[in-house]
Formats: sequence, C-alpha cells, structure tokens
Amino acid sequence: MKVSKKIVLHFPARLVEEAIACRLAKDFDLQFNILKASIIPDSEGFIVLELTGEQEAYDQGIRFLTRAGIHIEALSQSVVRNEDKCTHCGACVTVCPTEAFEIEPPNRKIHFNHTKCIACGVCLKACPPRAMELHF
Amino acid sequence: MQRTIEDINLKIKAGKAVVVNAEEVIGIVAKKGLSRAAREIDVVTTGTFSPMCSSGVYFNIGHSKPRIKLEAGKTFLNDVPAYTGFAATDVMLGATALPEGDPRNKMHPGDFNYGGGHVIEDLVSGKDVYFSATAYGTNCYPRKKLETWINMKDLNEAVLCNFRNAYQNYNVAVNLSDKTIYTYLGILKPRLGNAVYCSAGQLSPLLNDPLYKTIGIGSRIFLGGGTGFVAWQGTQHNPTVPRTEKQIPKKGAGTLTLIGDLKQMNARWLRGISMQGYGVSLSVGIGIPIPILNPEILEYATITDDDIIAPVMDYSKAYPQNIPEILAEVSYGRLKSGSICINNHDIPTSSLSSYSGALEIANTLKGWIKRGEFLLSEPVAPLPGLEDGSSTKPLNYRPVERNNNY
Repeated sequence: MKVSKKIVLHFPARLVEEAIACRLAKDFDLQFNILKASIIPDSEGFIVLELTGEQEAYDQGIRFLTRAGIHIEALSQSVVRNEDKCTHCGACVTVCPTEAFEIEPPNRKIHFNHTKCIACGVCLKACPPRAMELHF
Repeated sequence: MQRTIEDINLKIKAGKAVVVNAEEVIGIVAKKGLSRAAREIDVVTTGTFSPMCSSGVYFNIGHSKPRIKLEAGKTFLNDVPAYTGFAATDVMLGATALPEGDPRNKMHPGDFNYGGGHVIEDLVSGKDVYFSATAYGTNCYPRKKLETWINMKDLNEAVLCNFRNAYQNYNVAVNLSDKTIYTYLGILKPRLGNAVYCSAGQLSPLLNDPLYKTIGIGSRIFLGGGTGFVAWQGTQHNPTVPRTEKQIPKKGAGTLTLIGDLKQMNARWLRGISMQGYGVSLSVGIGIPIPILNPEILEYATITDDDIIAPVMDYSKAYPQNIPEILAEVSYGRLKSGSICINNHDIPTSSLSSYSGALEIANTLKGWIKRGEFLLSEPVAPLPGLEDGSSTKPLNYRPVERNNNY
C-alpha cells in the first residue's frame, strides 16, 4: 500500500552537512518532494518533505532517519494559530500559497485548514496580530 | 413617520427598543418594506474592527516625590517613545511609535514586533508597563530621572483619543510591479497577485449614514469595548468626494475623531498589530448606533455590499507617488466573492478589516441597547457635510531656501 505524508525533519547541527534525504530515494525507494528547507552549516536545520512510497519502505525510511538522530514530526503540527490572538481580519488569506485559510460564511471568520498547510511560514509575519506560530 | 432620539431613549429605558444590526436590517427592509420597517425599528447598530493608525492615548501619571516635569525631556513606555510637550506629568502615546532601537526597515521587510499600539494593548490589559524618563530639572521640578512601573489602574486619567478613525470607504490595494511590496494594507504580491480591501462594508458606521444625518459631534458610541464619543470630524475628513446615486462615497471620505475612557475598555478590541515592512499600529473596535428617526435614515442604513463601490489603486507606483490614478472601481459584493477581475486578470481578494469582529461589535452594541445599558445621545453639532464644501488638500509644497529664518 502506498502512503504519502508531509513531515518536518529537524536536523541537529552535527547532521546538517550530511546527505541524508537522498538516501531515502536510494536505499528505500521513496520519492521525496522538498517543500521548504533551512540548512545552515554548524547550526540546527529543518526540511519539510512530502514523502511517498510503499508503507513498509516508508516505515523503514522513517526508522533510518530517527536512528540517524533526526527528530520527525507531522507537518500539520508545525504552524499553529493562537486563537486568542487571531482577529479574523483576513490578511493571511491571499498570502498563503496553498490557500489554507478559508473564509467561512455567514460571519466571515477565517478557518485555518491544517491539512493544506505546508508550514512555509509566510503567514507568520504577514499576520498583523502575529497569531500564527511555528511550533517545533 | 418621525421619531426623536428622546422617544428612542424612553423605549430603551423601558426595555422595548427594537434594535437590529446593519446586516440584519437589509433582509428586514426587503421583506417588510421601508415604511413598515421604519415604523418598527428604532436603532440600527454598525461596527468595524480594523487597523487605524491615527489612534493614541494620553494619561496623567501623578506627581513623583521629588517632582519631575516630563515636558521637553524624553519619556519611554516599554522603550517606546511618548510625547510630553504638555504639562508636567501628562503623557501622550501614539499607536505607530517605535522603540528607538527597533531596526525598522534596515533589513527590508522589517518585522516591527512591538510599538505604540502594543503598549496601548498592554496598558488596557492591566499589564505593568516600564516607564523611563529624563528631564532637565527646574527649581520647582528638580528631578531629572525617573524609572518606575506604571499600571493603568494607578493612572489619574487614561484616555483613548483617536483623531482619524472609521474611514468612510477605502482604497483597494494592488501591486502592478514585478516584486512583492509590503504596505500598510499588508503584503501585495507582484503583477496583480492579490487585492486587499479594508472596510466593514455594509456594517461600516459612516457608510450606513453617508450624509452624517445622525452621527455627529457628541454621538455616544462603542469604542474599544467600552463607551466613547465622537469628539470631532477626523483628520482628512473629505465629504465632497464623488458619490453614487445612493450618496455612498466612491472613495475614502468622512472620518471621525473618537474619545473615551481607556479604563473601561478591553484589549479584545484594542490590539497592537505589526505590519511587515511597514510598521506598527492599533486595531480599534468601533460600533455606532444609528437612530431611525425617519424612513430616509433607514433607507441609508439598508445599504448592501453591492451598493458600495471602492477604488482599486496600485500601491507600487500610483499611491507612493501620490498620482490620483484609479485602475478600476469594484463593489464590496465582488470583493467579498473572493476575486475581482482587472485587465482580464482574476485577482484573489482578502480583507484587512475583520468582518466577524465588526459583526460581533454591532451585536454587542445591540445587546447593550436592548438591555437598557446604553442610551443614544443627541449630537451637539453636525459633522461638516457636502454643503460645507470642505475637501482634503495635498501638501502645499514650497521649496525651502538655504539660510531661511523662521
């Protein structure tokens, strides 16, 4: 059975310069699509991946990453809206590249659809009351 | 049919006033007809919740021992500079003030994480604020330095005083250039990538009373979660702009100066905000009741989003260069549909003004009036209207000679 999941890989500083993502394709026959990455030598980094492959291979790939010392989490947990801060203005709506913010009738509150979010972070500073938070 | 504010207040006190918000009224008038609806409805409530830069607070901190006069010295609130060109212990803070150490746009776009608007939110939340001041010292005010914590509850007076709020209609911002721009209306994507509007539309106070027949100086209003008053017309009040057949201005027109006791307001409706690449500001919640004195006033209060036309302006060139060029006129009905079409481009739209916030304010005010907690006030003077002929002028720029004396 094929699975496709969006995950965030958090690299400790010691692993930042190692070629790890490519081994997912080579050793486990997984397809990966890099949605976002921040890799700076000698500091912690992260990659947002869409990882696709057979369930068994996927599980093995995840085990390989975990053993290598990479912390993995599901993407939808990464960008979180602080509901106390959100004013439902709508500034995020057209800034988001994946249209994860939806205007809900009848009162036009802004719904944040986690499943569409790729954690690119554009909304973080585009949000006037700074209600969008990146949680690691 | 004619009624007075006094008639309405008697009904409010008796708990019998019929109050609806400016959205509900549209359906009621469509169903019952104007004259029957006008006989039944006493008050229509409006609302808006949006960034409004010309907002600020003034307060009195009380005299220290020994005394200090803050005048002509330097005063900071959580490192944000305040204005002290008044008497000894009176301080004014504007919503857009920034700490001196803020990097601003040195690395464009700047973050603008904290400023005057946020200090106002902290004060109204009841948080302690770090107060620091230096002064030059006099015989009667010897102290030259003061550092302390201040809290709204200890201040003698704390007053929200906003000299341009509740804009009657506003520009829709787009970007014709090839790169992303960062504006006071938010992030604008290149090549007409998005369009941002900023008005509560059919709920907006001055759009529901386009000729200022009921909203005037002295009108009691919902302000920042408490009550306040219309103190004056706002700066750039510009009633003489082109209007539609229903008298709705086709661009930014009337504005209001609002005032109220900060101590009874609420941080829910006074929120410090950060506009990336632009600066800081304050989102202000305002609700204004419109007394239905006759069917004509009700008819004005029945406007819909489709009746409101707003100008689309390029914020990469026309706005910054102050060129009065309008790309298109679009209705709020279209803007709220999610996209508009300009030059054969479908442009996704978003808002900077919170419609759900505006609706909640209109409903809160409705509740206050229905429960008899809020009485309407008779304006003591009207706002300047079309007949006054006043209009906003651009700066009269005059080259300055070297060695000029002033």
